[in-house]
Amino acid sequence: MNAFQYIRPTKQQAAIDAVAKDPQAQFIAGGTNLVDLMKRGVTTPQKLVDINRLPLAKIERSTNGLRLGALALNSAVADDKQVREKHPLLALALNAGASPQLRNMATVGGNMLQRTRCAYFYDTTMPCNKRQPGTGCGALEGVNRMHAIFGFSDKCIAVHPSDMSVALVALDATVQVSGPKGSRSIPFADFHRLPGDTPEKDSNLEPGELITAVDVPDGPFTRHVHYQKVRERASYAFALLSVAAALDLDGNNTIKAARLAMGGVAHKPWRLTAAEQVLVGKPATEETFRQAAAVAMQGAKAFKHNAYKLKLGPNAIVQALKTAAAA
Amino acid sequence: MNAEPESGSSHDDSRRTFLKQSSLLTALALVPGPVISAAEAKLDERVAESIEQVPLSLKVNGKKVKLSVEPRTTLLDLLRENLHLTGTKKGCDYGQCGACTVHVDGQRVNSCLSFAVMHDGREITTIEGLASGDQLHPMQEAFVKHDGFQCGYCTPGQIMSAVACVREGRAGSEGEIREFMSGNICRCGAYSNIVAAIQEVKKGGQKV
Repeated sequence: MNAFQYIRPTKQQAAIDAVAKDPQAQFIAGGTNLVDLMKRGVTTPQKLVDINRLPLAKIERSTNGLRLGALALNSAVADDKQVREKHPLLALALNAGASPQLRNMATVGGNMLQRTRCAYFYDTTMPCNKRQPGTGCGALEGVNRMHAIFGFSDKCIAVHPSDMSVALVALDATVQVSGPKGSRSIPFADFHRLPGDTPEKDSNLEPGELITAVDVPDGPFTRHVHYQKVRERASYAFALLSVAAALDLDGNNTIKAARLAMGGVAHKPWRLTAAEQVLVGKPATEETFRQAAAVAMQGAKAFKHNAYKLKLGPNAIVQALKTAAAA
Repeated sequence: MNAEPESGSSHDDSRRTFLKQSSLLTALALVPGPVISAAEAKLDERVAESIEQVPLSLKVNGKKVKLSVEPRTTLLDLLRENLHLTGTKKGCDYGQCGACTVHVDGQRVNSCLSFAVMHDGREITTIEGLASGDQLHPMQEAFVKHDGFQCGYCTPGQIMSAVACVREGRAGSEGEIREFMSGNICRCGAYSNIVAAIQEVKKGGQKV
């Protein structure tokens, strides 16, 4: 691994300044992805700014919801009593990700900023526009079993690997960031971006901007929720495809409100608003769920090795909604 | 080259001077083993001079340690290479196998995926710190009794993770144990015996 300078500021502004003024500097929190990338030479920062001593790990009530500090551990969020009561979908998604050891290290902000697990991105002998812009996409004509079916470009067909983010986009969360130009809020759905011509950029964060918290608004999705993750072993594997489903049902089993999002299908967590609209006002039956799934899959396009996702997607959506309705 | 080690461990000054003045290659070809180690140590120091060293205080298995490390040293390498606590194993080195699992402030983590300097002031427990004297930890006893291993390479990580699994209250059923032990891969496939060991400790109700 390349040598690097290491600093551990205790003031947020000092951390932001250190990264803002040095393009070779990066924040490090849990390190579960960054250390991995540094060992492989995929990422070679010359300075690491350790933010673990900043006071950003609280999980607390905000005016209309829960505020998750950017440094709150994935395990702490998943186990938090308020999270489990108010946002059980988030707890389910978190516990579907990684392993207990990794969840004890990974933070809310770091989870959002983890890089794709596309093998071409990790293999420094292969072309990859995300790792090295202009070198081409190895996956486009290569082994693309794990890759996107929505929102890709001819520059990149990688998917975002986070489970937590799939739940957060479904729950209409908001990301709080601070940077050299001050603080701002970004709706979760606008935080990550599609690859377009600049797949090297995963998110809409500006240089030096630091995630400080994620706000999850209160909502009616406290019971009928499910996170359906399809993977190649029972646990501790990235999703081939995942579905976050949340329903609000009235006494007659009619859907009052619905949230639906997919993981493992695009360069960002994939919110399915059109399919949600199909669900609202209809009975919570398999037939309704099939209709929503058909709408959800509109526009999906497969590559050589991932055509299975076109069938797996709607089936996983139906399964997630059925399980959520029965919960 | 004389393969016999020199008797005694000290080297006289003239030999050190000689080492400094000659090229390392020549020195390596001519000098006995212990002197080579000394030369390599010097070489390490010289290379390290251009690399920032960061002071680090830890409590490892109840003992305070103060040292100075390169920021790129992982917690795993620090434990194994600097502190010679080789019970913690390097399996994949990429957070995929769990062989490197240790406790930091009581929480299980993959020591391969974090830099040692990030743990300044923390308390680290490794497999070496689990037993009290000659008395094995109940989880160690249970792994022996249930044959929770074959080759044993993943075992320290399995045991550290298993202790945490029980402490976290995630050992309620076989299914829960399997899910919350999924971060520890055993390529010999001793899983059913590992689960049995954890269930016994959980049922025994001993303090872990």
